[in-house]
Amino acid sequence: MSQDSIITEEMKSQVGVESEPTIYEIEKEPIRRWAEAIGDPNPLYHDEEYAKQQGYRSLVAPPGFIAQYAFPVKVGGPSPRIQSPFTRNLNGGNDYEFFKPIQAGDTISVTGKLVDLRERAGRMGAMLIQVVEMTYKNQDGEVAVKARFTGISY
Amino acid sequence: MSEQVFWEDVEVGMEIPALVKKPTSQQLVRWAGASGDFYQIHYDKDFALGNNLPGIIVHGALKSAWLGQLVGDWVGLKGRVKSFGCSYRGMDVPGDTLTLKGTVTGKRAEGGDHLVDLDIWMENGKGDKTTPGQAVVVLPSRG
Repeated sequence: MSQDSIITEEMKSQVGVESEPTIYEIEKEPIRRWAEAIGDPNPLYHDEEYAKQQGYRSLVAPPGFIAQYAFPVKVGGPSPRIQSPFTRNLNGGNDYEFFKPIQAGDTISVTGKLVDLRERAGRMGAMLIQVVEMTYKNQDGEVAVKARFTGISY
Repeated sequence: MSEQVFWEDVEVGMEIPALVKKPTSQQLVRWAGASGDFYQIHYDKDFALGNNLPGIIVHGALKSAWLGQLVGDWVGLKGRVKSFGCSYRGMDVPGDTLTLKGTVTGKRAEGGDHLVDLDIWMENGKGDKTTPGQAVVVLPSRG
């Protein structure tokens, strides 16, 4: 390990530490607003009667909705991301796995952990790469979604 | 929504219907409001330039949401998106014409599900794949 590594022992100790759950209440209006913002007219996201005719309880959240929705009713604790020595951030990518549909009326509990921490020399200098894994459970305790986010700071 | 696609109708190599987006700075602001991502590189040009960016850039998560729309539209009401993901390899700017595309790379039956594997991506007006990814979907079977 090079002496000028930006990854400290303290940062490494954060890998694998599960965060306290953050709670989201899934409501109809944010689903409509989200679908409207991306320009997705799918009636499952806009028309509750239509969604019910398809066997859902209410409006369905589009794929990825919960992973990008930043308005919790209760924040469980600090983000599993570590404080980077760099101030500029880029989104490296994300992967979602879907197990159960998320619908309006659901209460979703989210925990996360840092699963990977790397440094790399990029074209804009040294970069810190963090991969965080989040698990989204519904009110019945079922895993609805798992997501992995790659964040780059430089 | 388009007609329901069935697993038997799908062949490796086939393209799925593309989705075209022409984002404006206003759409990025709407997305910021809907998602809660208020990082200034997506709406404040001076801030973006100060971060060595070419100007304001499209949110990665918005591109990902469009990929979700692409595959969600294709699988239809009887299909299901099992997983998808993407990497952000290049920056995209409002004003460009961005096209979401996908091709079938495999099909298999697994645990009673009829699965299709896809390469999915977004390309900019020059045809550069700025946002490559993959998806796995479940389609209904006629069988």
